[in-house]
Amino acid sequence: MRALYAFVAGGLFGVGLLLSGMTDTRKVQGWLDVFGDWDPTLAFVLGGAIIPMAIAWRFTVGAAPRLGGTFPAPPEPRLGHNLVVGSVLFGAGWGLSGLCPGPAMASFAFGGLGGVVFLIAMIAGMIAAPPVRSRLDAVAGSS
Amino acid sequence: MQSDWIWGLLGGGLIGCAAAMFLLINGRIMGASGILGGLVDGTGRGNLSERGAFIAGLVLVPGVLALAMGGAETHLSGNLAVIIGGGLLVGIGTRLANGCTSGHGVCGISRFSLRAIVATAFYLLAGGTSVLLFKHLLGVI
Repeated sequence: MRALYAFVAGGLFGVGLLLSGMTDTRKVQGWLDVFGDWDPTLAFVLGGAIIPMAIAWRFTVGAAPRLGGTFPAPPEPRLGHNLVVGSVLFGAGWGLSGLCPGPAMASFAFGGLGGVVFLIAMIAGMIAAPPVRSRLDAVAGSS
Repeated sequence: MQSDWIWGLLGGGLIGCAAAMFLLINGRIMGASGILGGLVDGTGRGNLSERGAFIAGLVLVPGVLALAMGGAETHLSGNLAVIIGGGLLVGIGTRLANGCTSGHGVCGISRFSLRAIVATAFYLLAGGTSVLLFKHLLGVI
């Protein structure tokens, strides 16, 4: 049952990414191109996505997930160097390629060989992340 | 195009409904990098089938829809260094930051998480700088 609903959620997410233009790297780079020909579409995507989710969070108060278990713990207040360094690296790659993880997977069927190479590189980056994190923690701890 | 923002709002609404559904039914945060990353580094071994099914839906359903619409185009760069460099940065960065556009940007901001707001500010800033650098200054994209 969990897998079935996860499949539906993943599918709906993918359809949203495709229809909104998030799988089109030109639209994404147009949104990030503040100094060029700026394309505001992604603000509508983000806004359109945040509204239903903000409502959903309200329904988690004093309740439990439909399929059992508990809702995620409240967000951690601590920021930390990994959050900042990671977000800067992610943003740099997002701007360079125009793809973030969701659209990279959603476009698997129509993204061509380049899309597959991107996915392999992204997964390699994910495998490389834990040792990079340890090194960053060591550097931050010794300073 | 004039209708782009309507599609943006509609697609964004679907993304938000998917995230809301995954939260209220499965009790989980819909973060693309976290769901895949947990499979890749083994930290998500406890809910393998849930993660696998989510990714299967994420790959298959838009794939079928794109086919029905007569194809879709990602306009991804043909430059191999751009593709590989971009992929590596996105992979390392999202795992270090524990989230990407969906996890921090949609699920985190909607519950006013400070971490998500800071992460989003930094990846948007870095993304804008990256386009400025690689498009306008270096001309590689």
